[in-house]
Amino acid sequence: MKVPIWSEEVSKGNQPEILFWVGCAGSFDARAQSITKAFITILNKVGISYAILGTEEMCTGDPARRAGNEFQFQMMAYQNIQLLNGYQVKKIVTACPHCFNTLKNEYPELGGHFEVIHHSTMLQQMIDEGKIVLNENGAFKGKKITFHDSCYLGRSNQIYDAPRSVIEALDASLVEMKRCKSNGLCCGAGGAQMFKEEEKGNNRINLERTSDVLETGASVVASACPFCNTMLTDGIKLNEKQEEIKVLDIAELIAQSI
Amino acid sequence: MEIFQQILFGIILVTAVYFFSKRMALIKKLILLGKAEDLHDQPMKRWKNVALLALGQKKMFKNPTVALLHLLVYAGFIIINIEMIEIVMDGLFGTHRFLLGMLPYYYSFLINSFEILAALVIFACVIFLVRRNLIHVKRLWSNELTGWPSKDANIILLVEIVLMMLFLKMNAADSLLQLKGIEPYANHSTGVFYISSLLHPLMDRFSIETLLLTERICWWMHILGVLAFLNYLSWSKHLHIILAFPNAYFSRLEPNGKIKNMPAVQNEVLYAFQPESAPAASSDPSPSSFGAKDVNDLSWKNLLDAFSCTECGRCTAACPANQTGKMLSPRRIMMATRDRAEEIGSKINQQIEWRSDNRSLLYDYISEEEIRACTTCNACVEACPVSINPLDIIVELRRYLIMEKSSSPQEWTSMFGNIENNFAPWKFSPDQRINWTKEST
Repeated sequence: MKVPIWSEEVSKGNQPEILFWVGCAGSFDARAQSITKAFITILNKVGISYAILGTEEMCTGDPARRAGNEFQFQMMAYQNIQLLNGYQVKKIVTACPHCFNTLKNEYPELGGHFEVIHHSTMLQQMIDEGKIVLNENGAFKGKKITFHDSCYLGRSNQIYDAPRSVIEALDASLVEMKRCKSNGLCCGAGGAQMFKEEEKGNNRINLERTSDVLETGASVVASACPFCNTMLTDGIKLNEKQEEIKVLDIAELIAQSI
Repeated sequence: MEIFQQILFGIILVTAVYFFSKRMALIKKLILLGKAEDLHDQPMKRWKNVALLALGQKKMFKNPTVALLHLLVYAGFIIINIEMIEIVMDGLFGTHRFLLGMLPYYYSFLINSFEILAALVIFACVIFLVRRNLIHVKRLWSNELTGWPSKDANIILLVEIVLMMLFLKMNAADSLLQLKGIEPYANHSTGVFYISSLLHPLMDRFSIETLLLTERICWWMHILGVLAFLNYLSWSKHLHIILAFPNAYFSRLEPNGKIKNMPAVQNEVLYAFQPESAPAASSDPSPSSFGAKDVNDLSWKNLLDAFSCTECGRCTAACPANQTGKMLSPRRIMMATRDRAEEIGSKINQQIEWRSDNRSLLYDYISEEEIRACTTCNACVEACPVSINPLDIIVELRRYLIMEKSSSPQEWTSMFGNIENNFAPWKFSPDQRINWTKEST
């Protein structure tokens, strides 16, 4: 697919308006790659001036910092900020709440000042401004959809409404889980847990959350984070419910409806 | 006789206030063992937090029934304490119902309001005792509360009930003495006490002497109880009624997702990349250690948090790790932090050098397994009605383990290796980062 790379655009004499920060999950994880592609499809269709960093992008350092490895976090932050400032990046969009949080909240005091926006907010804006035109009879019209709040979007950054209004724009019926918004239950991946086995317990966190999902009777559980997506997909599979309920990113919902 | 009582009262009052102040000074000293952190910016926002979170108990109202009961006890506590002005005046100057002379027109209204609140406080405390001991509400009935913490909670509730009952019984005896025309009660006409007069049938058969004795005993027991309770609360989880206010004021104003920066590490990395920006050697001593092993490695705000915790367990009830049976309990993190600070406090009091006691918050109070289970989801931070941040402590302990002890689970060691070599937490080379662009949609 056609994806503009920042360095190539610069050599052509272009300065893209927005950097799409893909993130490690969106780049390497097979499931998350389709979220990335869905968002690219939308960006291309809307005709926004954007580019990705391509092979120059590096981990923001989020998992290292949360695991306690501040040295590694600072190394990654330094290199990323040098690169972003070198390219005079002004605005960044990302589909990963962890990258979003680090770029938005943790990079400024290290010298990286950018306008950072999560893709849920950007999708909402593009729908509101009429840039995204949804099909009259979209695939999700009337479908029961529940939304799983990512901790790094919700409690960490108070973004609860944007992803929900994206879902509502599909004419779907949004059903809430018993634990939602500021009371939402974590998927189990944050704090670098994604990269290690869970500690000893009597249940896995993603299974605990999956039972909330199944209780709603929704046919789609929407997420806005690639890690939540992985955890919920695993949870649904372990419950052998993958035929009845799909785990989709809000970008995928929109990409399938335009 | 009168003057003897006044002197005795004065001595008891001064003694109680002295011991309370001494204890609070120690608590302040223990909190200030923590590292400096400037939390004085944006005073308007901070006062707003005090008004909403501490005074308005905004977060309590996530559960309106419990919030309402708690509000009754809290309002009762604050408002009935206006009565303390009168009790102290009467005690010191040997007067009777000092405020009656000051506010003759409002006095009946004032005392009746106190009485209604007192009855509501008794009602709420009984329900709290039932929730704790009979219904066994899960967050109030877990392993970490076994022993002293649950006893502490029950003592607080029982003392509050007893104090309120003494206040009502004193008023009941007083108004009966007024009806019987006994001085000095008869010439201090208070009007009807609507709640305490309900006790009259129980006391009707009392002789005048018994009534006089009852009124005096209740008065003395009430004030002695209040002064004892004042001292008790400084040793107990009930300290939150005082510390919730400064804790709300000093609570963090940044987004919850932002983890505290370590400028020393930031500079070290900067100098590694830009050696020319490094200051001349020795002018910038790096900190003795990274992260936190003991309470004095934490920020003073972390320690204020620990002393402000009333062990309600909303954090632990919301914690995903705890709900799935992991060892981690954010409440236990706070209790352990306070326990270690108190241990240091008792060593300071006994003039024992605590820095070489070979004990520390990490290992002796909190295990690696506990802090390894945290997903940094901020549910505990969100849940706390008094703005405590257990996550901050967990991250500082993790920093110590990784940066000072190089102790990390095998998978994290691989992750660090991948980030270092491939700039991604997984083992993919940077060239593969754009492989997806070569595929069709």
